[in-house]
Amino acid sequence: MITYIIRRLIAAVVLLFIVSAVTFSIFFLVPRITGATPETLATRYVGRTATEETVKAIADRLGFYDSIFVQYGRWAKGVVAGNEFDLGSGVEQCPAPCLGYSFLTSRPVWPELIDRIPVTLSLAAGAALIWVVAGVSIGVLSALRRGTIFDRGAMGIALAGVSLPIFYTGLMALTIFSYGLGWTAKAGRFVPFDQNPADWAYSLILPWITLAFLFSAQYARLTRAGMLETMNEDFIRTARAKGLRERTVVVKHGLRGALTPILTIFGLDVGLLLGGAVLTETAFSLKGLGQFAVQAINDNDLPKVMGVTMLAAIFIVIANLIVDLLYAVVDPRVRTS
Amino acid sequence: MSQQDDIFVDPADPSGSPEPAAGSAYLDVRDLRVHFPTDDGVVKSVDGLSFQLDRGKTLGIVGESGSGKSVTSLSIMGLHKEGTAQISGEILLDGQNLVGMGRESVRRLRGKNMAMIFQDPLSAMHPYYTVGNQIVEAYRIHHDVSKSVARKHAVDLLDRVGIPNPASRVDDYPHQFSGGMRQRAMIAMALSCDPELLIADEPTTALDVTVQAQILDLIRDLQQEFNSAVIIITHDLGVVAELADDIMVMYAGRAAEYGTADDIFAEPQHPYTWGLLGSMPRLDRERSERLLPIPGTPPSLINVPDGCPFHPRCAYDELNKGLSETEVPQLRDVGNGHRIACHLSAEDRLRLWTTEIKPKL
Repeated sequence: MITYIIRRLIAAVVLLFIVSAVTFSIFFLVPRITGATPETLATRYVGRTATEETVKAIADRLGFYDSIFVQYGRWAKGVVAGNEFDLGSGVEQCPAPCLGYSFLTSRPVWPELIDRIPVTLSLAAGAALIWVVAGVSIGVLSALRRGTIFDRGAMGIALAGVSLPIFYTGLMALTIFSYGLGWTAKAGRFVPFDQNPADWAYSLILPWITLAFLFSAQYARLTRAGMLETMNEDFIRTARAKGLRERTVVVKHGLRGALTPILTIFGLDVGLLLGGAVLTETAFSLKGLGQFAVQAINDNDLPKVMGVTMLAAIFIVIANLIVDLLYAVVDPRVRTS
Repeated sequence: MSQQDDIFVDPADPSGSPEPAAGSAYLDVRDLRVHFPTDDGVVKSVDGLSFQLDRGKTLGIVGESGSGKSVTSLSIMGLHKEGTAQISGEILLDGQNLVGMGRESVRRLRGKNMAMIFQDPLSAMHPYYTVGNQIVEAYRIHHDVSKSVARKHAVDLLDRVGIPNPASRVDDYPHQFSGGMRQRAMIAMALSCDPELLIADEPTTALDVTVQAQILDLIRDLQQEFNSAVIIITHDLGVVAELADDIMVMYAGRAAEYGTADDIFAEPQHPYTWGLLGSMPRLDRERSERLLPIPGTPPSLINVPDGCPFHPRCAYDELNKGLSETEVPQLRDVGNGHRIACHLSAEDRLRLWTTEIKPKL
């Protein structure tokens, strides 16, 4: 088991290296394919009246004349050991892990990302809790009451939940519950958890429900399908033949079998959301990683885009790793083979 | 559902029963009908079946796929899904009628009064729980004991069914057992509450031949030890040949032939039983030419053929002037409680058996 974990960790590091190399290449190559030269890239960082010599000097200072390998090497070194940038107005420090340095804002990317993590983490964690509880229980009930009004109604709502985009449900929820009824906080409000947990929950309840609606719909459908399949397994018949109570049969024998595939999807979904719930954060004006990424892309601020991409990749890789390890906990056939 | 009592001998009639003490039998099934309404019509999986079984005795139920063997056993256990099966008739277990009994009452009987061994132990055991855990679970539903007591019981049971090193194997998962070991564990689970009725549904089908023999020996030994009533369901006459006291051959949801194992093997009277015997490979005899399969396929249970359900596949249905096409044969006593459902006359049956069938087996 320990060797398995070590092997997976090494694989994760290799994977992150590949992701960073590919992402870096894309950001390096795409502007050059569309005809940009080091000088045109550098003009974004100098004043409008700058002479050609100044532009060249800046381009040189930012390392735009170096080959892709040298530039990637410099970036990778920054992640491990930190970097220093001399933009002409003195040396700027970018301590490790330096995921990049925004020349537009003259700030390292990493601290900005750190600032954004609590928002996205709160959003993802709260929503995940709601959608797992709601989605799985609705799915189980639907499966057990297959064909009834409850089942049809729940699956109809689930279909709506899967189909409706967040920017629609989010704005509708805001209009009705926040601005209309005044039950929930207005958009754009975020209170850190350690400051006031009640306020934290109050400020996030609407985004949680909006995001969870989409996911619980998906999880309800998955759970229902999984339960219907599992409840037809031979071992369910065996459990009944022993004289077990129906509730024990459903929960201990049925749900346990049906939850394994859900676990995989759950890990991936949470990993993905931690990289930024772009639509939800935008709809509710939450300053999370998703909004950070959107802004970085709009500003054409490549170091920031690169940084947030890497952070998202790290979350997904870690989530995957945890799912794989949990799989071994849940399914003894994985653990003992 | 109409009662078609005229088709079958009244099961309460002692003269028609191979068990002399009808009515006092531990399991007494009377005119059982299990019908499944579907979009295509009503599937008559079991259509008028009666038999008795005493404790300490073994009944073999033999037939092809879809003859109603498993449906019968699931009806006894009350394991049909709610709302799917229409069950009528009587299933008397120790005098209590299970048909129409509340689901909760039947549940309390399951495991303790009646238990079942299933065909494929890999899919019939939960992959996520240890073998011991699953036996403990079965034991603790009916016995209010601590986990450690139940666990000790599980180890004893695994030892009893011949699993080596049971104290450590009890913590293994089903997939870590071999096929034969899994079936032994399954048996241990079924026996955990000393059931009075044990139903084994194709207990050896998924196993190789040497292991089959071991499992059958084990079931016989345990039956003697626990004095259970045992039903063995199989499509293989060889399985029940040595184990069963009585044999019931089923076809299309009805009994085609029902009698003591000795009678059935020494002098089978029904053409379908002949077909089953003819299609069975035998190692204890000279090989005569080749196996004789029964032509055709089992009938649809939605549109059961008129008359004798076996007549489209029967080689001798012309011997009784079309009677087989029009009239359903009654299950009737042909001597010593040996009962068959066939229109052939006693002379024809004797002649065919001695001249055509027996020499080819």
